[in-house]
Amino acid sequence: MYRYDEFDRDFVAGRVAQFRDQVERRLKGEISEDAFKPLRLMNGVYLQLHAYMLRIAIPYGTLSSRQLRMLAHIARKYDRGYGHFTTRQNIQFNWPKLADVPDILADLASVEMHSIQTSGNCIRNVTADHFAGAAADEVADPRPYAEILRQWSSIHPEFSFLPRKFKIAITAAENDRAAIQTHDIGLHLKKNAAGEIGFGVYVGGGQGRTPMVAKLIRDFLPEKHLLSYITAIMRVYNLHGRRDNKFKARIKILVHETGVEELTRQIDAEWEHLKDTNLTLPEADVAAITAYFAPPELKDRAEGWGQLAAWKKADPDFARWVQQNVRPHRHPDYGMVTISLKPIGGIPGDASDAQMDAVADLADEFALGEIRVTHEQNLVLPHVALADLEPLYRGLVAHGLATANSGLITDIIACPGLDYCALANARSIPVAQEISTRFGAPERQAEIGELKIKISGCINACGHHHVGHIGILGVEKKGGELYQITLGGSADEHTSIGEIVGRGFEPERITDAIETIVDTYLAIRTSPDEIFLDCYRRVGAEPFRSALYGAAQAA
Amino acid sequence: MTSKVLTANRLIDGISVWMGANGEWVESLRDAFIARHDEAVAALESAGKQAQADNRVVDAVVIDVEETATGIRPLRLRERIRADGPTIDYLSIRAQNGANRAA
Repeated sequence: MYRYDEFDRDFVAGRVAQFRDQVERRLKGEISEDAFKPLRLMNGVYLQLHAYMLRIAIPYGTLSSRQLRMLAHIARKYDRGYGHFTTRQNIQFNWPKLADVPDILADLASVEMHSIQTSGNCIRNVTADHFAGAAADEVADPRPYAEILRQWSSIHPEFSFLPRKFKIAITAAENDRAAIQTHDIGLHLKKNAAGEIGFGVYVGGGQGRTPMVAKLIRDFLPEKHLLSYITAIMRVYNLHGRRDNKFKARIKILVHETGVEELTRQIDAEWEHLKDTNLTLPEADVAAITAYFAPPELKDRAEGWGQLAAWKKADPDFARWVQQNVRPHRHPDYGMVTISLKPIGGIPGDASDAQMDAVADLADEFALGEIRVTHEQNLVLPHVALADLEPLYRGLVAHGLATANSGLITDIIACPGLDYCALANARSIPVAQEISTRFGAPERQAEIGELKIKISGCINACGHHHVGHIGILGVEKKGGELYQITLGGSADEHTSIGEIVGRGFEPERITDAIETIVDTYLAIRTSPDEIFLDCYRRVGAEPFRSALYGAAQAA
Repeated sequence: MTSKVLTANRLIDGISVWMGANGEWVESLRDAFIARHDEAVAALESAGKQAQADNRVVDAVVIDVEETATGIRPLRLRERIRADGPTIDYLSIRAQNGANRAA
């Protein structure tokens, strides 16, 4: 893992001291709320419906056990004993006191974490494939480049007041698990025929009120040009992004209004001035940062194969969990384990202090102390020997963390919605809980197969509803909640935006509507191998619309 | 006219509060002062501005409520959730997973 150098330490410590002074002055009444609000937001402090909320960045989703224990400590000491993992590889605490936030930030700094740039119109936490450094199908570990981008973008003077917030994601596998095409910039790390590292560069993806799939503007950007080329993109956006209208200020609108060809021309023209300047990545620096992410030495543990087969035979629940939550590691004797934060009927993404401590302990015992946070609101232990899966599973069961539903219908993404969020129009979490409960039986989930439901409580789409196989958007109508359904979205290498299927459903009818869609799918799929998304892409919305609204209304 | 109450979030901890009949901020909507005529609403608005200027609360706003047999009920769901807290049992996750370590 990356470790802070002296500069990083001084920088983060300086910010903590600065914010401590700002909070003290605010509480004494020396700074007005109008002046203080942008300062607190720069440090991740929002005000929600019931209390302040502190958003903490987990850079590229990588945590050490020590860091996770600190998050548990913060939950226990300063909050109400739990935290909420978000769709941007962040964690949010929902009840911190403003007066305590400087102490929380100091605690975070002691484990090399912070909340800087988790809000505001700047470059946010750079996200990455949660299986980075472990996946069998990746070209190289993308996290060194995410770290380079983190360092480059942190309080970047030119890019701290952009037209709007800016999100970058990176993957190094053809199977995109980082949803790069829904980001302002998506980077696909790849190698050319000569074996050199470079990036496919996507620009202008995003969700919110105007969902757009990013456009590929460069197929292979050589590694050394990463910062100069991204700087060129940022400069064109900074200059031409729509500062006149908040709803049109994201780069996706600039891409759409300017056209990909013209925008690419502008970026290339800007790049001409930047290419081969001091923004060229020095090989030595790339090597030094990459060294922090050197793959762990994994001993051969071939005995796991036989043990695993025997354990699976003896315990069907364990077998189901392995089937669903363990994926192949690049080392054949190991697996990548998804720890579901989606217990049946539970709150997606929430983890208690005890659970966080338990995961940290299990990571130390079985997974080299490393944990990942996924944009799907789960945790991952990226390096677990097959020979350790059974004892790990027992440990997870003891803490309610062994739900075998990764990628299934109950593995629902949901934003905090109107239960917490000041921007929301409708609740998300209760909808997720009811759907999860309705479909929670393991046999039923297995029969349905891969199906991603994503729920947002407002058009800002933090719950990624646009790219859910089934998306649910909560809106306010006549003082009540109404839920619109979209079908056919996805956030992988074949990203697509879901289509609205018809009029919305009241809270008491939304789960029935989802069941109607699922039953329709089960009836018309060509075989159990045809997942919901493929089925939808084959048949379109019509059968689902008819089932939901009746043939006459659908016509 | 629609009855109104004054609500805000307390500066030091962000907790939702309502202006009580005694002029103090209270943590329960039940104890809020209800403005039933224009003069009372104007007084609430003035109190909200003053409390913000005094740096005791932020986001002070007058909201619509109705008076029911069981008490004050905000007309908007958002405000009902602010008054009652999250509609989900967010603390159950602590209870489900064994004893927590001491702080």
